[in-house]
Amino acid sequence: MASFGKRQWGVLLDPVYNNNPILLQMLGICSALAVTTRMDKALVLGVSVIVVAGLSSLIVSLIRKITPHSIRIIVQLAIISSLVIVVDQILKAYLYEISLELSVFVGLIITNCVVLGRTEGFAMQNPPWISFIDGVGNGLGYAVLLLIVGFVRELLGSGRIFGYPVFASVNDGGWYVPAGMFLLAPAAFFIIAAIIWALRVWKPEQQEKD
Amino acid sequence: MKVDSPGYILVFATVVCVVCALFVSGANVLLKDRQDVNRLLYLRKNVLQAAGLVPPGEHLSDREAMELFEHRIEPRLVDLDSGDYVSGVDAAEYRQRKASADPELSRPAAENPAGVRRIPHLAKVYLVGEGGSFDRVVIPIEGLGLYGTLYGFLALERDTRTIAGIAFYENRETPGLGAEVDNPRWRARWPGRKAYDDQWQPRIALVKGHVGSPVENPYEVDALSGATMTSNGVTRMLRFWLGQQGFGTYLEKARTRGAF
Repeated sequence: MASFGKRQWGVLLDPVYNNNPILLQMLGICSALAVTTRMDKALVLGVSVIVVAGLSSLIVSLIRKITPHSIRIIVQLAIISSLVIVVDQILKAYLYEISLELSVFVGLIITNCVVLGRTEGFAMQNPPWISFIDGVGNGLGYAVLLLIVGFVRELLGSGRIFGYPVFASVNDGGWYVPAGMFLLAPAAFFIIAAIIWALRVWKPEQQEKD
Repeated sequence: MKVDSPGYILVFATVVCVVCALFVSGANVLLKDRQDVNRLLYLRKNVLQAAGLVPPGEHLSDREAMELFEHRIEPRLVDLDSGDYVSGVDAAEYRQRKASADPELSRPAAENPAGVRRIPHLAKVYLVGEGGSFDRVVIPIEGLGLYGTLYGFLALERDTRTIAGIAFYENRETPGLGAEVDNPRWRARWPGRKAYDDQWQPRIALVKGHVGSPVENPYEVDALSGATMTSNGVTRMLRFWLGQQGFGTYLEKARTRGAF
């Protein structure tokens, strides 16, 4: 059961570029706008989503055969929210200063459709190991996109990467005048749209037929 | 029992709830000590920064921060009405923000531009010095910015007019714009400015455009570029807390006495 072959690789990586939760399924846009102003925040939230998505898919799949059909959604939500609260507690204990800024959005992972979408759409029908990989893969797809958007926004918006100055900004006595627009939410829309555009030129099968 | 019978559903739901509750509360119990230490440390580092004991931008290890705080800082409680120190309540354990939310320990503030809703009866100040003689005081400040309340500290020299430093430990402003209240280079422009004018009215303000050295423009500090609302908020909260509803009486008594 715990093997890792071609199918597992496919399930893991497919959500990153073929069936990306944000780019193709259009899930989790809200937090993608909010936390991508800095890469460290995007990374921490991305990893949190990977952990929550992976573990909740695993647990939901483990109990899928004994879960009553009529209350399955609320059971999934209870599992997801418990995991999210614990992740938030761990961040507060070990990454305190980042958690101050992220706490609201970590809490919002509960309502992140990527997680519930995978537990309901995949883990309820599949065995635990592959469900776990599917959850991690979708979290990964989300995290990778967050990091790409965060990279563009932090670099152009404040001239830094992970908080380290790349372009010395005028606020710090350098030459780069930060493009403040990139720090506002609409900029994330434009960046995500540009990535979707590029991806669909590369992979025309993702284009929607009207 | 069948998976979809009402009895089974009830039992299943109960078990899920209990397991989840145990999991969450277990994590909370295990991590609480560490979180409390983090919270305290973070606050203390900000007091040290405002007090000018840590130059803006310099990093301090957790241990160094704790030691420096223990040696050089003494928390005291001040009755904001009378401006006198209060003993009998443990200043180190006192949580001013919690008290501000408690109707027994605080009162509603008069309508004010800083957006301060409630004022605690007792405020926690941090005296800076060694061996019982103190040369600076750090007062807590809070007020509305653009998106939410900013919390921070302002340090004043013994003359209660000259600013020694400022630090904000919590803000919800836009990163890169309003959240630059954290920027060490911006904070470095504060020391030496004057909080009060000659008639002892709060006069310090953030203004747009180039502001010179503390000698040229004693009452002005560069506003944060692209963050007019945050800058105005900072000006208003400083004037509020330096005024009569805030620490005005306390500071007046301290300068009459000639000591904190």
